Amino acid sequence: MSLAMFVQHLLNGLTLGSLYALIAIGYTMVYGILRLINFAHGEIFMLGAYFVFWGVTLFRLPWFIAVIGAIAVTSFAGIIVDRVAYKPLRNAPRISALISAIGVSFFLQNFAIVVFSAIPREVQRPAWLVKVIIVGKVRILPLTLVVPALSFVLMMGLLYVVYKTKPGLGMRAISRDIETSRLMGVPVNRIIALTFGMGSALAAASGIMWALRYPQLQPVMGVIPGFKAFIAAVFGGIGSIQGAVIGGLILGLMEIMIVAFMPSLAGFRDAFAFILLIIILLIMPTGLMGEKLEDKV
Amino acid sequence: MPNSDAVLETEALTIRFGGLVAVRDFSVRIPGGSIVGLIGPNGAGKTTCFNMVTGFYKPTEGKILFNGQDITGWSPHRVCSAGIARTFQNIRLFHTASVIQNVMVGARVRQSTTWWHALLNLPSFWKEERELREKALFLLDAVGLKKFADEESGGLPYGAQRRLELARALATDPTFLLLDEPAAGMNPNETQELMGFVKDIRTRFNLTILLIEHDMRVVMGICEHIWVLDYGVTIAEGRPEEIRSNRKVIEAYLGEEYVRDA
Amino acid sequence: MDPKIKRNYALNGAAVLLLVGALFWSKGNLDGYKIQIMNLIAVNIILALSLNLIYGFTGLFSLGHAGFMAIGAYTCSLLILPATYKQTMFLLQAPIWPFSVMHAPFFVAVIAAGLAAAFFGFLIGLPVLRLGGDYLGIATLGFAEIIRVLANNMPRVTNGALGLKGIPSYSNLWWNYGWCLLTLYVIIRLVRSNFGNVLKAIRDDEVAARAMGINTFRYRLTSFTIGAFFAGVGGALLASLLTTIDPRMFIFTLTFNVLMIVVTGGLGSITGTILAGIVITVLLEWLRFVENPITFAGMTVPGIPGMRMVVFSLALLFIILFRHQGIMGRREFSWDWLFGLFRKRREA
Repeated sequence: MSLAMFVQHLLNGLTLGSLYALIAIGYTMVYGILRLINFAHGEIFMLGAYFVFWGVTLFRLPWFIAVIGAIAVTSFAGIIVDRVAYKPLRNAPRISALISAIGVSFFLQNFAIVVFSAIPREVQRPAWLVKVIIVGKVRILPLTLVVPALSFVLMMGLLYVVYKTKPGLGMRAISRDIETSRLMGVPVNRIIALTFGMGSALAAASGIMWALRYPQLQPVMGVIPGFKAFIAAVFGGIGSIQGAVIGGLILGLMEIMIVAFMPSLAGFRDAFAFILLIIILLIMPTGLMGEKLEDKV
Repeated sequence: MPNSDAVLETEALTIRFGGLVAVRDFSVRIPGGSIVGLIGPNGAGKTTCFNMVTGFYKPTEGKILFNGQDITGWSPHRVCSAGIARTFQNIRLFHTASVIQNVMVGARVRQSTTWWHALLNLPSFWKEERELREKALFLLDAVGLKKFADEESGGLPYGAQRRLELARALATDPTFLLLDEPAAGMNPNETQELMGFVKDIRTRFNLTILLIEHDMRVVMGICEHIWVLDYGVTIAEGRPEEIRSNRKVIEAYLGEEYVRDA
Repeated sequence: MDPKIKRNYALNGAAVLLLVGALFWSKGNLDGYKIQIMNLIAVNIILALSLNLIYGFTGLFSLGHAGFMAIGAYTCSLLILPATYKQTMFLLQAPIWPFSVMHAPFFVAVIAAGLAAAFFGFLIGLPVLRLGGDYLGIATLGFAEIIRVLANNMPRVTNGALGLKGIPSYSNLWWNYGWCLLTLYVIIRLVRSNFGNVLKAIRDDEVAARAMGINTFRYRLTSFTIGAFFAGVGGALLASLLTTIDPRMFIFTLTFNVLMIVVTGGLGSITGTILAGIVITVLLEWLRFVENPITFAGMTVPGIPGMRMVVFSLALLFIILFRHQGIMGRREFSWDWLFGLFRKRREA
């Protein structure tokens, strides 16, 4: 493989990894504070893409406005999902909330089929993003550079909120001990809503960028990326934001690189992540950066 | 007459969680047939010792010998199989099962028929199930819960739940019994009954009993030897009279000022 | 023998005879569509019972059922398809030996399907069953997805994305209900023994179970493997019923449907599973009408694709939010209860 090809693959892997990382953050934050695997998160990702599509085609908004609007609406949708389907089950056995999440996931997928139709839709991408630029022997789209850059900005923003603001402190407190946080006056419900909002916003951004990168919208588009992003979060250590980012990047790079070096395995592309999952869970269930939760006897 | 050979011995049992030493150099020799006690303020490491002996925690250092055999690091079910049973500080019943089913689960460890026998409807299966049921009823009778046999265990009053846990532990045919705060939540009458009951089962079922307790009436009343833990360290051991007047023990429970001003 | 037990045996036998009579009657009087639904009910009950054993009774949140079903379906199909069919059907690549020539009668094929699924259940269970609640769910879901991807990418064994068609439709009311009764017998025997008590104990409090001498891992593995066996059987019967299978069938939605039946019926209730199996199967079929165009008064109202699953998932949400114990909770039907009812009526 030539160096140029390698660099191209690397950049593609970085792009894919950034997209996974953005989604993974949402999973890890919700799991950190609620110990819940938000099965519906992949559908939030999907909704972000569809809302921007609607904004541009139906409401004829300029791209920039449509993107902001879609992220805002999707973020709100994420908060609603928690309010309606998870909050009532805060004190129920964890599996109930998990089943509820599965139910929401299926509901949103099929609701999207009903509203948007199952026919894959083509996305009209802004021309400047997809005009091939050539640097030496490397041919890339501006998009391939925009995605990691934008993702980086968003992640930095998130880390700022989590580590340098009061609500972020609340989030970290809740993920340690929700009852004590409640007793200490942390507005638990509001912080939870904020967590869902931020996680969903990032997922929406990822969905939008995904639609630009792989310009086809389908109601089930969130299923596989969502699952892979969750695996990335587990790999990085569920509950750790940095872990989610690292996990996402590694997973994206791995996926691109394995197929690049061994094209015959292209069909098994999706299985890599699942095999990685089983391996992590067996060897290192706390992931790269996670902490072990002991069972009190 | 209690057999004075040591049934359970620990040698310098130590366990570290991260940087914290929860229990340090716990060394005991428990003679067969005796009733002994482990006391100390909350958080002293008593239940941690139980968890090490029963295999739920692996000690960082030290050994546990049961009837001369090294059982350090054995998994909990193997430890029970060898003859050590326990009850829990916070009652851990199988709350969706009936009272008798709880005890029958305890008896499972001595059962020899497998699920294959159940599937093939073999007479040996039916025979054993019947024997198990009888054994469970016998034990329930011993703790006074026979009439509740088919009730849901989660609905029993607190004291009855404690007795059920005891019956379940006895169903494993132990030779050594660990009781974690058996008198917790009991009124003086019940406590008196419990003390008589523990002595009774010791003789009736040929047991050696080690109990953790905060209620001093129970400890002083039935324990023949007592160990005192504070912050994971054994600060005293001896007969009840010795412990009662031991300065370090009083300090540990009531604070230095009490001893100074007394 | 206890007279009550004798009475129960007699009543059970009578119930089975009643079922046989009902099947005879159905064969003669119901149209193909209704018979197909009855077949589906039996298969769904088998699948739901197997998941209930694993999840309802033993407390293992396994989301890998579609994977076991796929293994069962493909194993059975490859065994009952004639070799000549396989040669012509495998368009992508020629089928590989021994899959190209292996053949067996239907009964053996279904057992083989169950054993194959059980074997994989055992293999995946060994590493994965040590995990707790949510992680077990994700790991088993991952396993099911791996199976699906494998099925898609091993054309020499499975004909890849094209799938298998023309599978002989040996699956009929007798086979399906026969297997259903067998599954029922096995599950009931297991659950109503001390073995079953232990499974429930592991579900309720694993720590206490271990302290009582139970090797909880071994019991989990056994329950998981037996559940996988019957999931494979269900998959095999389904394959012969539908006569065509392909990897796209075995997506998570399939597991979701089975989970829905178990939750609706009540985790840990065999009676609930049977009732819910009937209700959900019928509901799923009935809901098709919202997806197909309806013609009346000369107008055609277009169907709304996807609406069926929208209603279905809303139903699941409703149950989990407002009646998580489902129809029966953990209660079971018993002849004693039935007679108790009559006695109360008479006394009233």
